[in-house]
Amino acid sequence: MQELLNHLNNLPFNYEEAVAVILFAIGLSMLLFCRNLLKKVIGLDVMDAGIFLLLADRGYITGRTVPIIVDGVTEMEYYINPIPAGLVLTGIVVSVSVTALMLSLTVRIYKTYRTLEIDKLYIMMTNWRKGERE
Amino acid sequence: MSFVQNFPFFTIILSLICAVVSFVLSKNASKWVSVALLSISSVLNLAVLVYCSQNNTDFTYMMGHFPAPWGNELAAGVFESLMALLFAFVMLMSILGGASHVEHDVAKQRRHLYWVMVDLTHAALMALCYTNDIFTGYVFIEVCTIASCALLAVRGGGRVLIASVRYMIFALVGSGLFLMGVVFTYSITGHLLFPQLREAIALLWRDGSYRLSMTVAIGLMSVGLAIKAGLFPFHFWLPSAHGRATTATSGILSGVIVKGYLFLLIKIIYRVVGVEVFHASGVQNVLLIFGVAAMVFCSAAAVGSRRLKTMVAYSSAAQIGYMFMGLGMGTEAALIAVFFQIISHALTKPMLFLASSSLMDSCGGHQDFRSLRGAGHRNKPAGFLFTVGALSMVGIPMFIGFIPKLHFASAAFGMGWRTWAVLGALVISTLLNVLYFLYTAMLLWLPVNDDNRPSFNGKSAWRHAAPGLALAVLGMAIGLQSAPLAQLLQQGIALFCR
Repeated sequence: MQELLNHLNNLPFNYEEAVAVILFAIGLSMLLFCRNLLKKVIGLDVMDAGIFLLLADRGYITGRTVPIIVDGVTEMEYYINPIPAGLVLTGIVVSVSVTALMLSLTVRIYKTYRTLEIDKLYIMMTNWRKGERE
Repeated sequence: MSFVQNFPFFTIILSLICAVVSFVLSKNASKWVSVALLSISSVLNLAVLVYCSQNNTDFTYMMGHFPAPWGNELAAGVFESLMALLFAFVMLMSILGGASHVEHDVAKQRRHLYWVMVDLTHAALMALCYTNDIFTGYVFIEVCTIASCALLAVRGGGRVLIASVRYMIFALVGSGLFLMGVVFTYSITGHLLFPQLREAIALLWRDGSYRLSMTVAIGLMSVGLAIKAGLFPFHFWLPSAHGRATTATSGILSGVIVKGYLFLLIKIIYRVVGVEVFHASGVQNVLLIFGVAAMVFCSAAAVGSRRLKTMVAYSSAAQIGYMFMGLGMGTEAALIAVFFQIISHALTKPMLFLASSSLMDSCGGHQDFRSLRGAGHRNKPAGFLFTVGALSMVGIPMFIGFIPKLHFASAAFGMGWRTWAVLGALVISTLLNVLYFLYTAMLLWLPVNDDNRPSFNGKSAWRHAAPGLALAVLGMAIGLQSAPLAQLLQQGIALFCR
């Protein structure tokens, strides 16, 4: 509990992380609870953006510069950590391909059923099942 | 360095190459490329297993010769190579058994893409088995998700599309949570490789700093992988996905892919977090409780299902509960039981899916229980396979399904309230298994008057059942003589938990 309170005291200084986690939570709940397929895909991208923001923010250190050697300065203290940026890039590639797959599935579902509402799709499915049984 | 140490890397890169080559080949050639790839991969993994087991050693393999804190690594030991061997072999049997259904279910111009996706899934699974880097683990989780979703959606048709969208949504929720856990872990420790992470986490935990954040990170990673593996209460996507796919995909999805995620979770628990920290964080009990709940509720759902394949898929969800229950128990004996359960389920479930599809064929494509009555007489090999699988799932001695149940039960003693939870769930789940599996198996052999049934050509049935029979024979062999495998697993644990 005490640890939690200490974390909360640091909140004003770590507002980027707070924003990132809030974005993540918004995206996750959109992905889980929105009843429209397109909104689910948007939620997926918001969620990934939250994670990437958190990761990019962890790699940035105030007052330092990009890790490209200029003027022969090789001391570590002058540069930010480049690994999170690399991870974010990889993550973006993954996120783009997953989004593409989701969108293509969404398009095919719309072509087949003319709707993107999950509830309507489920109603259709249960109707089929009843038909199968009879 | 022995030449065998290159083999884990070869299995991954070979499948990526095969995927690219298959893309431009004709549909028949690409099928044989996949079969050859999976056979070669089985042999390579067997060689690694023999090497590790005989020398009683494990090794790490540097990618591109960058040393430890910077480079990417593969690690192989007895467990890793055993799992990789199991995955490659079961995938091979699934696609051999399901090839004729693939030709029937997948449109002609898309058929070679199916085999591309099989190659990619295999690449992802090998990477999940052998990787020693948590972010590589994440990337290949996503590769596995995309490839397996394509394997599912390739069948076409509306309901398969809906099943694949559900599958994708839950898979993405799982990988989002997992990635968040990885980011938390990285920002606390500053490492991505397993050995360095383990040192840093053990140090931090002894220190007492960042305990809350570490617990959240462990929880996020475990829950993420549990959702992807289909643990109760996030199993709703599983019956529709595993039950609607084409036969080969059903076998791969439930026999192999679920275990790929599970094995990554086992690696994270034992090689990254450390089992003591995992126990202290309290996540262990959460896995135990949901595992026990899965065993009871998913078995009950299987009793209530009306279609054969849905029933088999619900039984998968219950069996996944067994594995998570074993992880929640947290002792070495329980870990051995988990591995027995993984092996037993991976050998039995694809066989059951192959047999159910064959039985459906002999009933003119119907899979409600009324049409299946007496189907074993028309299609004897499939009926035989289903009966063997059903007896194994129930846990009759001599069949492979008995071994993990025995190990779970003997590992459960002396654990306080956990003992009762585990034993109670085992009893209830076994009784429910008897109810639905033995009922179905008996239904298949009821004497019926076959005059008004659709005609079925039984000649090719034995040929189609051959891969299933191979799985059945292997399962029976382990069921009759499990001591050598238990010895191998003991050796693996000594290396794995070092």
